[in-house]
Amino acid sequence: MSMEAAAPAIPHIEAHEAHHAEAGFWSTYVFSTDHKVIGIQYGVTALCFLLFGFCLMMVMRWQIANPGQAVPVVGPLLAAIFGDVAAKGIVSPDLYNSFGAMHGTIMVFMAIVPLAFAAFGNYVVPLMIGAPDMAFPRVNMASYQAYVVGGLIMFTSFFIPGGPAQAGWTSYSPLATSIATDGQTFWIIGMVFLITSSLLGAVNFIATIIQLRAPGMTWMRLPFFVWAQFVTAFLLLLAFPPLEAAAIMQFMDKVLHTSFFLPTGLAIGGNLAHVSGGGSPLLWQHLFWFLAHPEVYVLILPAMGIVAEIIANNTRKPLYGYKSLVYSVLTIGFLSFIVWAHHMYLTGMGIRIATFFQTTTMIISIPSVIVLTCMFISLWGGSIRFNTPMLFVMAFLPMFGIGGLTGLPLGLSYSDIHLHDTYYVIAHFHYIVAPGTIFALFAGIYYWFPKITGRMMSEYWGRVHFWLSLIFMNLIFQPMFAQGMAGMLRRMADGGANYSQARVPGAIGGLSASVMHLHTFILWAAVGLGLAQIPFIINLFWSIKNGKPAGSDNPWEATTLEWQTPTPPPHGNFLKPIEVHRGPYEYSVPGHAKDFTPQNEPD
Amino acid sequence: MDIPYTIEARPDTGLYNAKVGIWIFLASEVMLFGALFSSYILLRVGAPEGYWPRGWLNVPLGTLNTLVLITSSITTVMAWASCKLNQFGRFKVYHACTLLLALVFLCIKSYEYHDKFMHYEIVLKDGRIADGHIVENDPKADHVVIAGRYVQDRLDLYDLEERKAPRHHEEISIPRSQIEKMERYGPWHNTYLALYFTLTGLHALHVIGGAIVIGFLWGPGSKLWETDPERFTNRVEISGLFWHFVDLVWIFLFPVLYLI
Repeated sequence: MSMEAAAPAIPHIEAHEAHHAEAGFWSTYVFSTDHKVIGIQYGVTALCFLLFGFCLMMVMRWQIANPGQAVPVVGPLLAAIFGDVAAKGIVSPDLYNSFGAMHGTIMVFMAIVPLAFAAFGNYVVPLMIGAPDMAFPRVNMASYQAYVVGGLIMFTSFFIPGGPAQAGWTSYSPLATSIATDGQTFWIIGMVFLITSSLLGAVNFIATIIQLRAPGMTWMRLPFFVWAQFVTAFLLLLAFPPLEAAAIMQFMDKVLHTSFFLPTGLAIGGNLAHVSGGGSPLLWQHLFWFLAHPEVYVLILPAMGIVAEIIANNTRKPLYGYKSLVYSVLTIGFLSFIVWAHHMYLTGMGIRIATFFQTTTMIISIPSVIVLTCMFISLWGGSIRFNTPMLFVMAFLPMFGIGGLTGLPLGLSYSDIHLHDTYYVIAHFHYIVAPGTIFALFAGIYYWFPKITGRMMSEYWGRVHFWLSLIFMNLIFQPMFAQGMAGMLRRMADGGANYSQARVPGAIGGLSASVMHLHTFILWAAVGLGLAQIPFIINLFWSIKNGKPAGSDNPWEATTLEWQTPTPPPHGNFLKPIEVHRGPYEYSVPGHAKDFTPQNEPD
Repeated sequence: MDIPYTIEARPDTGLYNAKVGIWIFLASEVMLFGALFSSYILLRVGAPEGYWPRGWLNVPLGTLNTLVLITSSITTVMAWASCKLNQFGRFKVYHACTLLLALVFLCIKSYEYHDKFMHYEIVLKDGRIADGHIVENDPKADHVVIAGRYVQDRLDLYDLEERKAPRHHEEISIPRSQIEKMERYGPWHNTYLALYFTLTGLHALHVIGGAIVIGFLWGPGSKLWETDPERFTNRVEISGLFWHFVDLVWIFLFPVLYLI
């Protein structure tokens, strides 16, 4: 400090440059404690996993549509990596199960959550609240490193003998423990690292939002995105530890042969298993869903936050019902902890318990509907700018609506008994996560890209990406509702061929030829969706160097604080101490010269 | 770049960053152990009548360990208070006691683990069960010697609390040819032991983790006292809060596993 004071001219800039000269490649890009670098690290890693999870799904869709036929293009590669289970490039049921389990695990824990919560949250939240960094920068770095280690363990499990976990992303015991391969052990250890990563991230986010808000940034002046991330952090903080406990117990079952989840008299392959017994398979389901239902809201709340920001910015008017949105998101967070057993209606729980969970499930739909309604009403009377982020957001609203409303029959036990574990469920939650959350994440990438790079992504190719994605998403998931209602179960390696009328002519309830034929239709729609991502991937990388310059630090003319920094924001974010004077969405205030008033603009 | 409120408290929350962080972290730890205690309740309630072990653990040793941990919590508070009173020498003494007590706790715990691992249940071909601690178990010898007793029914092994008869530890020699199955009292032996080892094992990991942090602050980390005593005192407080939590978990574990 004394040296800085002694330096004659512009001491801050000199000190700044000296600092950067010291920092080499490793400390700037790999072991960085800067929240923005960590956010980008999370984003890039998570997008890679997103693509990987999608590729697994493409192989599965081929197998469903053409059971027992060699996979084109990647068939020889599969045969080379997996050996017997992919002999001649044909996906065996074992490999199909592995891919199914890992598709779910990768998409939920390694793609969407790190992207929605960790990547966007890390980059945007400290900027939005006017903080120089996260509260614990080194913990933040550790969080990313734990995520990478967890991801690598999961990825490595593809190459061990027997392949990765096969028991679905839900890993129900005793199935998960009784499969003889080591994939499940890798899954558990990987999950413990991913849980640690979420835990460190959640502690950091909560402490940052509580402690590092700039002067004047009161709770009710926080952008809705920050509220959404705040509640998400609490969900991760409190819902993940029970799964960690469950993972520890499943690890004990798998490695030390305890019987936490293995009942007395368990038979495997027709023989009595050598276990002490006395455990409870239902215990695993309770602990798993105690995490996994709040997890659903971890997937959706950050997306809602992104949507709210982009709607306010592009309708050029305040968000409708800001307080209702905040209270709704808090209510969702609380209620999400007491709905988990609606995933377990088929376990034979009593009617009273089922009624309790049906009731809470119906109640939680109320704040969700309030959020969506506020966003729809926000559009009313706005002169909407239809740029690429806004198009994705406009599609999010009805797509999330479809996903949410089709969930109601699953929340009621009498209709769930018919629909449970069918393709209807697949269609329902993919509508929420794929054209819902992922669209919001695309919107966020297009929206914040100019802040990160100083350049815009191509609007034309953005629109191509949007329209093709929207069409193919619907062509993929809409037919699954019909398949599910016709009784097609999920997790069948042959796509239900054994239950088709073609196999057993005239069987009552057999899957008809038209329902079976939809598999081929969905396969080609999925291929289309994959191709539709090519313009996005090229656009993303090409625009970093060659995109149209953003022109200013605030190209979207936004009010929130992340746009009131230099582009890209330097280490420490703000050039001078920042003070907040108003709420987050002061657009088109009557009597003002501009149609937006940044939060830090004095009265 | 300086992150605000790393040392001094933020006026409207009254807390510095790390204190918010540790309380949030402890909330998650409550959920972790809460889930394990819930599992204990569910598995115990689901066990058939009479098949839940009672009196399998050494209550005097457990009580001693409880006292050890409570004392270590007191020395932890005193260490922090010494920092606040600017008495660095006393801090060193108190936290040395904390570390010593942590070591004592872990030693007693290891002894208890060892005791369980030396305990065998041997099912004989004639249906009898021999149960006791191993005396001789040479793989080459054709006899196994344990100090224990025979029972006809496994049910007799479960409730050791109600059994009024004195525990007799006569040495029993069993020919290997007579043994149907021989199993240690490890976590795989039954659900109670699985819970016992998992819960106390996870707790012991927390004790080790806490002791490493306190050991760092006591040893190399204490240099910070000379340059930034306030920050150092905060670190002592944060690690102390974690230590109290670990202590509190034991306060629940002791009655659940040893007494009821």
